Amino acid sequence: MTTDLHNPDRRGFLKCMTWAGSAMVWTVAGGIPRSHVIGQAEAAETGFSFAQVSDSHLGFDKPVNANVAGTFQEALGHVTSMADKPAFLIHTGDITHLSTAEQFDTGAQLLTATKLQTYTVPGEHDILEDNGKSYLNRYGKGTHGDGWYSFNAQGVHFIGLVNVVNLQGNGLGDLGNAQLEWLEKDVKGLPSSTPIVVFAHVPLWIVYQDWGWGTKDGGQALSYLKRFGSVTVLNGHIHQVMQKIEGQVAFHTARSTAFPQGVPGVAKGPGPYPVPAGELKNFLGTARISLVSTKSPLAIVDTPLAG
Amino acid sequence: MKTLRSLLNGRRDLLQSRAVRSGLLLACLLLPAIARSDDSAQLKIDNFKFGPEKLTITKGTQVTWTNQDDIPHSIVLNALGVRSKALDTDKTFSYQFDKAGTFAYICGLHPFMHGQVVVK
Ligand SMILES: [Cu+2]
Repeated sequence: MTTDLHNPDRRGFLKCMTWAGSAMVWTVAGGIPRSHVIGQAEAAETGFSFAQVSDSHLGFDKPVNANVAGTFQEALGHVTSMADKPAFLIHTGDITHLSTAEQFDTGAQLLTATKLQTYTVPGEHDILEDNGKSYLNRYGKGTHGDGWYSFNAQGVHFIGLVNVVNLQGNGLGDLGNAQLEWLEKDVKGLPSSTPIVVFAHVPLWIVYQDWGWGTKDGGQALSYLKRFGSVTVLNGHIHQVMQKIEGQVAFHTARSTAFPQGVPGVAKGPGPYPVPAGELKNFLGTARISLVSTKSPLAIVDTPLAG
Repeated sequence: MKTLRSLLNGRRDLLQSRAVRSGLLLACLLLPAIARSDDSAQLKIDNFKFGPEKLTITKGTQVTWTNQDDIPHSIVLNALGVRSKALDTDKTFSYQFDKAGTFAYICGLHPFMHGQVVVK
């Protein structure tokens, strides 16, 4: 377990945090991280890219955003209208707000309309009914345990993890032993040069302990990935962009397509963060991840809905 | 008697779920055995905190949690094997504590939220 993950330099990640405004591209070339704000024209890298959407919270209807289906659809529209169409879509959880059949139906409808293959992992809001069966009935096919799995695309090994089940009093996300054992085996035969993308709902690193923004055994999971030259970790849950680099591991959280949440240590709590009407779409958005080359890792561009 | 008084008070929340309704029925049938069952206590959930965080009650008291946040929460009393459904805004969950002891609980969605009910 890397101690760094459990004692993150808080000033470090807070500095990296970005709320709104321009897209941000983020590349790690030869292990040296570079991050800068860019215009959208610079975003295109190579032929292969995929998009990340997160926290659509379908069914949420409070004043900060009374039309979450609309903003989710708009975000998906941004993805499908890109000139260089992403190969597929990853949804990092909280598809629904309350796990109802109706909310899952809306999600399926909007996702299907993109005609893009979609990979999902559940958020805690997706497993509120029947011990998570309402999620697994729709998205559990071919997965293990509570819905974890892996697949390969364009030489990249993708791993979807579930860290929202059986949460305990320590307040953090939890992968559990069965999943950790599976992960260790899953990557065992892979050459160390394989780029790895791990995606899960709750951040795998400790973003902010007081609000449960982290995963208790995330460090254990990442210890199995130490030998790989390029590891990209994509998360949701915190409804804002945060990035951090630890050695060869690049961490990134996506915006929500539904509503923003406050900045840790600044806002009074982790709930929906009220923003002035008309500014909401600066706080919602999508991420596009491009493979620069199989040797030097992935570029991430976060795009707000507005702008 | 609790049920009557509750009804008279128009406590809609108590009648919300079938489970609670049958609980009330049970309470009526067992009434002679629970001498101090006429107490009820309120707990609120506000800004990801249970209030009060520590609640002391007497045996037989029914505790009702009300979610005042615009995000759902749930009540997980692990020691008693009790798990509420997710409570959206203004929804309630009630549980009657019939055993003495100290019962810690968390929110199943936000397990950094801690509360404690002390039953004397
Ligand atoms: Cu909660």
